Amino acid sequence: MNDLVTADVSGVQPTSRYLQKRAIIGWLARGVLFTAAFTSVAITFGIVYLLVSESLTFFAHVSLVEFLTGTQWTPLFFDPQYGILPLVSGTLVIAVIALSVAVPGGTIVALYLSEFAPHRMREVVKPFLEVLEGVPTVVYGYFALLVVTPVLQTFISGLWGFNMLAPGLVMGIMILPFIASVSEDAMRAVPRDLREGAYAMGATRLQVAVRVILPAAFSGVAAAYILGMSRAVGETMVVAIAAGLQPSLTLNPLLPAATITAYIVQVSLGDLPRGSIGYQTIFAAGLTLFLITLTFNLIGFFLRKRVREVYE
Amino acid sequence: MSAAVATERDELRSVISRNKLFEGLFALVGLMIVWIAVLTLLALFISLAIDGAPRLSWAFITSFPSRFAEQAGILSAWIGTVMVMVVTALVAVPLGIAAGLYLEEYAAKNWLTDLIEINVTNLAGVPSIIYGLMALGLFVYQFNMGQTVRVAGLVLALLILPVVIVSTREAIRGIPFGIREAAYALGADQWQIVSQHILPYSRGGILTGVIVGLSRAIGETAPIITIGALTFIAFLPPSPVQSTPPFINFDWLASPFTVLPIQVFNWVSRPQQEFQLNAAAAGLVLLMMTLLMNALAVWLRYRFRRQIRW
Repeated sequence: MNDLVTADVSGVQPTSRYLQKRAIIGWLARGVLFTAAFTSVAITFGIVYLLVSESLTFFAHVSLVEFLTGTQWTPLFFDPQYGILPLVSGTLVIAVIALSVAVPGGTIVALYLSEFAPHRMREVVKPFLEVLEGVPTVVYGYFALLVVTPVLQTFISGLWGFNMLAPGLVMGIMILPFIASVSEDAMRAVPRDLREGAYAMGATRLQVAVRVILPAAFSGVAAAYILGMSRAVGETMVVAIAAGLQPSLTLNPLLPAATITAYIVQVSLGDLPRGSIGYQTIFAAGLTLFLITLTFNLIGFFLRKRVREVYE
Repeated sequence: MSAAVATERDELRSVISRNKLFEGLFALVGLMIVWIAVLTLLALFISLAIDGAPRLSWAFITSFPSRFAEQAGILSAWIGTVMVMVVTALVAVPLGIAAGLYLEEYAAKNWLTDLIEINVTNLAGVPSIIYGLMALGLFVYQFNMGQTVRVAGLVLALLILPVVIVSTREAIRGIPFGIREAAYALGADQWQIVSQHILPYSRGGILTGVIVGLSRAIGETAPIITIGALTFIAFLPPSPVQSTPPFINFDWLASPFTVLPIQVFNWVSRPQQEFQLNAAAAGLVLLMMTLLMNALAVWLRYRFRRQIRW
């Protein structure tokens, strides 16, 4: 009887070798997974290391003051000037045009989808907006240069073939779905009680949307704007194709200009030898771009985190 | 009924009808903006189709680029795209899933985890051209990997890594905690739970995220221009299979290449109209590819959502 029981159990009970093997596999798996997760830190480190190290050699030649305050950007000319302001102004003008389309549009679409649209419609519209977000940027560039610009030229006289307006508008349509979906996520996180309380007081859906949901989801919506801004600043192909690659310090959207990203593309198209000052300029420009977007991204990150902390 | 009550009632009525009017107007504006977005996509598609469809032919798909617009095709471009995507998927998928699993299942709440989290979020927002600069300086020059298929695949993999990580995490988060507890109660250890339960149950969401990520990578142009790949490529990388042993050949990884979006950019920036028609045709092919991948992702998500009900 006793023998029988021991025999039975020993068949089921794991041996210590088996347990050991499992523990080792567990540790190995954990190590591999951690390494994979840590890659993201390594990538950031790689980006920062490279941008900073190449920029340092650039700033050995060009003073930081000249870089930040110069009004001419002609590094590839015979008499090179290294003032980044024209690139920054081009970047900002186009980003502002894009945001003036994407921010109101995205906010209204988000409010509409989260408070007005019937469930079925939301199920159709959201994936569609994702598709819009997924259109290759080079196709948007084609669209801005060869479709939007000619159309705009029919009623805006003085619009150049390359200009900041068309890529700005197209970029606005491109960023709109992103702003809409990030804002909508924040609006969805607002607890039902707030809505129901407002409805009980006799508020209309519009009043609930604008006076309750929008303020309650404000950090999330603000995060959407800031992340949208970061995208507009970092967008490359639309601008490189349709805005004309000519750095000029102007705020007139009818004229051609270059952005930081477009300049990097322009230089990459040519064949600059590694180590030349022209080669280093793209890293200095890239570092500027990285710092601008990093600032926006971090602000956006903490604003979104706040939404989660408040409501979840 | 006194006159005062009547006027008060009328006032209330007018307030209500005014509010209703505003509400209707707002809903109309919302709907209109959605429609403007729909129409933009339609206009984009139609303008590409009108310009590009006449150029689409078997010859266009099986010809190399050429100085003569009528003879030019996208053979080297689409084969390059397929090869780069293979590398991208092979790197991004295991890395992204593993990172997502770690963050969701293993990571303790400490500063190291916070650091990784902030990094993933930030990397998702870093402009793609910055990845290109990193690849140029680090992969092309410091590691001497050249302007090759493997560098392009690698940089696009890093670029879509956050997409894969985030979708993996979301898929995992949908799995109820009871599953884990039940498995623990039966004596499973953490790796057994992850490999035998968490991973199989979340594969639908993960697959969707992978496809969305790859559809983004396929249209990405800027980082590939930055690594210096905008050159005239009228040949194919060496074939990955060969007739003599060992039958598989990895030389294609180290080969120069071009990809579809680069070809579009190349053609669109030429002044001659014939080349712009080519750009439209190649853009149409590219757009179809991304639309199909997105549609597949949406369909998969829908299917898996219906399949599993916790």
